[in-house]
Amino acid sequence: MFRVFVFFLCFIACVANVNGGTTAVIVPDTMAERVRACTICHTGEDKIERDAYYPRLAGKSQGYLFNQLRHFRDGRRIYPPMAILLENMSDEYLQEFAQYFSLLQLPYPKPEQFSMQAEEIALAERLIYSGIPEKDIPSCSACHGDNLMGIEPAIPGLLGLSRAYITAQLNGWRGGSLMRSRTPECMYEVAKQLSDDDVNAIAKLLARQPVEGKSRPLSELSPELRKRCGHQILLSEEMK
Amino acid sequence: MKRFVTFCTCSYLIIAVFWGSLAFATTDMVAEASKRSTNTQQVELGAYLARIGNCMGCHTAKGGQPFAGGRRLATSFGVFVTSNITPDKNTGIGLWSEEDFWQTLHHGKSRDGRLLYPVFPYTEYTKVTRQDANAIFAYLQSLPPISQSNPASDIAFPYNSQILLALWRTLFFKEGVYEPDFSKSETWNRGAYLAQGLGHCNACHTTRNVLGASQDDTLTGGEIGGMNWYAPSLSSRLEAGLSDWPIDEIVALLKTGVTERSMTLGPMGAVVRQSLQYLSEKDAHAMAIYLKSLSDNDSKISSGVNFSVMTGSLRRYLDFGGQLYEKHCQTCHGTDGKGAPGIYPALAGNRSVTMKSPLNTIRTVLHGGYPPTTQGNPKPYGMPPFQQILRNEEVALIVSYIRNTWGNRASLVTAVDVERSQGGTH
Repeated sequence: MFRVFVFFLCFIACVANVNGGTTAVIVPDTMAERVRACTICHTGEDKIERDAYYPRLAGKSQGYLFNQLRHFRDGRRIYPPMAILLENMSDEYLQEFAQYFSLLQLPYPKPEQFSMQAEEIALAERLIYSGIPEKDIPSCSACHGDNLMGIEPAIPGLLGLSRAYITAQLNGWRGGSLMRSRTPECMYEVAKQLSDDDVNAIAKLLARQPVEGKSRPLSELSPELRKRCGHQILLSEEMK
Repeated sequence: MKRFVTFCTCSYLIIAVFWGSLAFATTDMVAEASKRSTNTQQVELGAYLARIGNCMGCHTAKGGQPFAGGRRLATSFGVFVTSNITPDKNTGIGLWSEEDFWQTLHHGKSRDGRLLYPVFPYTEYTKVTRQDANAIFAYLQSLPPISQSNPASDIAFPYNSQILLALWRTLFFKEGVYEPDFSKSETWNRGAYLAQGLGHCNACHTTRNVLGASQDDTLTGGEIGGMNWYAPSLSSRLEAGLSDWPIDEIVALLKTGVTERSMTLGPMGAVVRQSLQYLSEKDAHAMAIYLKSLSDNDSKISSGVNFSVMTGSLRRYLDFGGQLYEKHCQTCHGTDGKGAPGIYPALAGNRSVTMKSPLNTIRTVLHGGYPPTTQGNPKPYGMPPFQQILRNEEVALIVSYIRNTWGNRASLVTAVDVERSQGGTH
């Protein structure tokens, strides 16, 4: 009888506990939980589909991500929603955000499908892989790696991004409104020479390509371009 | 023999002179060393006080060189550009004397005699003692000089008139160092000195009249001009009054930016990160004692509930907000609105949610944000922005819902309110 009574008491206690505990919010002590404010747009571990605009962060190099976070916060890369979100964050914490996303492994989305005329493809391929030496426009691949997957630690890869995002960024560079306070800026110098057709062709061809390979080491960047992209590299040196 | 005497005398003289100069040199060195250490102490004190006054907060452009100025402060009177206060001789305050600095901080006049606008809070800094002002000056002079010319302020007509400014000062500027209230404890007075003077709480936490003057120094809350945030009353229990808070919790909020039941965001987050987290334990305690003592001033504050009875149709309307809450907010803030203490704030009974002005709540839903990173809370959790997902009407529904659920009761919010809350800095 006593046993039954104890069992009954335990049962009551359990029910009470369950009822009391149903509404408690359990917060894991992880970076994944801390970056929820980011992953609402940039998609998290459970979502891999492509968003129309917000760029993928997973697997991008840490130096690049850290630089962008600082630029947004400090108003150098102009995008008020990011500036507001990051305004009270320390460099140390932003570095942890950058590290988290750089180590995040997510499958890449399928490439976007566009029909492109042969001429347009030829134009895009020329800009991406050969550049226009007479106008002093280097190819994309000269700085972003022969496989366009970026160069460590701070030059971003160009694949796995949507056409909308690539177009917006190139146009931002062209108009000089993407970044400020750091001149000369190598991407501004390059992009301001591109036409609408050039930008559209590049964005389409990049968004059509499947993602393959890994980012390249800094040694792959020619000394001349290393000088030209100086401040990108300088910034990544600064953070060591 | 004579030679010998001369020799002895000379030797004596030489030795005497040598000893004398040695003694002299030693005294000199001691004086010099003690002066240096006094100076070091003064600079250290100045560094601390400059933190508490948050000079750097305004005198640094976003992403710019510390203290070199260039930050643009948008107000309804025009755009003010802050000055370079590093000791650069041409573009900063390298040629200033202690007296010049005192004239600025205490009298609100620049070195060239120009009257200053109260966007520089000399209306509060006037309470700082001469000794503390000198320490801040010594610290600023010890900084590396940075050559940086900043653009001129763009002040709108007629506010750009020095004559009108002089008139404004006679009406609204009360000059004078803080005078202790001897009926209160020394700690209380220290807290009052910091909060009313260097801390310049009153620059935001009060209503300003049409001429931009703080209405009173009772910290009764007000909208922050140009920022589109509401600085809640610190003397009302309906807003951010602290009269029923334990002192330790006030100290924790000032020094870390979060407590079990509250957190700072936006401009107050910046104040905690840049300034208050560096308060010494003693000063944080003193400030807490003072803030807690601010009398309950609920008479000036109403809850602003704009409906008398929660009718069935009103409840059904709010339920639409409830559905949105369940989809977007519940995972973090919980079905019962209790959140996770110190991580995701409770909405039930949260005064920021229920206070008359819904501005901060709407802003937080729209823009999200993180509490400040501080020594005591280096890795805060954050709130996602929702403006890219929700329409204004949906934000209005959610905010109306959380303002009227779990025992909360406050005015309903419309899409127009949401529209008005967009923009602004921070």
